[in-house]
Amino acid sequence: MNCTDLLSHLGDYFDEQLSADLREELQAHTAGCQHCRVVLDTTHQTIAVYKGNEIYEVSNELRERLHVAIMAKCIKK
Amino acid sequence: MIGGIFSVRFPHPLRMPAIQSPVSEEVHPDVALVARAKAGDTAAFEQLVRQYERQIFRVAQHITQNREDAEDITQDAFLKAYEKLEQFQGNSKFSTWLVRIAVNESLMRLRKRKTSKTVSMDEDVQTEEGSIPRDFAEWRPNPEEQYNQAELGDILRKTIQGLPPGFRTVFTLRDIENLSTEETAEALGLSVPAVKSRLLRARLQLRERLSRYFRQKKEGQPA
Repeated sequence: MNCTDLLSHLGDYFDEQLSADLREELQAHTAGCQHCRVVLDTTHQTIAVYKGNEIYEVSNELRERLHVAIMAKCIKK
Repeated sequence: MIGGIFSVRFPHPLRMPAIQSPVSEEVHPDVALVARAKAGDTAAFEQLVRQYERQIFRVAQHITQNREDAEDITQDAFLKAYEKLEQFQGNSKFSTWLVRIAVNESLMRLRKRKTSKTVSMDEDVQTEEGSIPRDFAEWRPNPEEQYNQAELGDILRKTIQGLPPGFRTVFTLRDIENLSTEETAEALGLSVPAVKSRLLRARLQLRERLSRYFRQKKEGQPA
């Protein structure tokens, strides 16, 4: 596997859709390629940092306001 | 570090058990709520609203990047769902159907805002810009150690705002709201390969942009 191949399999790797053989090949490539190892690691961190930080918080106050407005619109119909 | 990377496991909601028994197949609790709501039970519909109002608001805000628009869209999406409840056949999950309504409302809102330019799931996705890795610096220390929560929130918001809507929406549904690839495809009216391709490019573009903030600082370089 070369660097271009690795990129094309990266999505399936993160989604655990890669076959065992390809997964092994990908791991073997990253063991010897610093650039791909960094890309893999920092892409993983990209996903993790967005999953771990709710960037648009919905406060209880906003939620309640929304809820009342939604129900008022629907029930009026 | 490599071991740490490879040991990460991502949830996959559509993964099926090796042996399936029809007896063990569970019916999603929303099915009963939707049936009751269709029969005129407003309390059942209200429960569905409670379950999904936060998610629908977040999806709308991610796509439109505007809080007031997101509030309007959330209300309109639930109203539309309520009015069209009879048309929901249960071929998909209720939540996926609802997300699809909210995505369409959000894209319509974006189109209205940008009168001279069309906005669709296909806009800007032809470009390869940012999809080819160019930054190979490690992120050290990790983002949470480099920035406090408020600073980190600002960086993440600013960065995702810079993605074209087609990429931003796919990333939001898959990686933030944890929809499966198939559910995302259904919610966006895209094929599974199109979702996979856009998701990878969205992740790579975000990685490249975030690297400006998170890359390991060279010695003597101000933080």
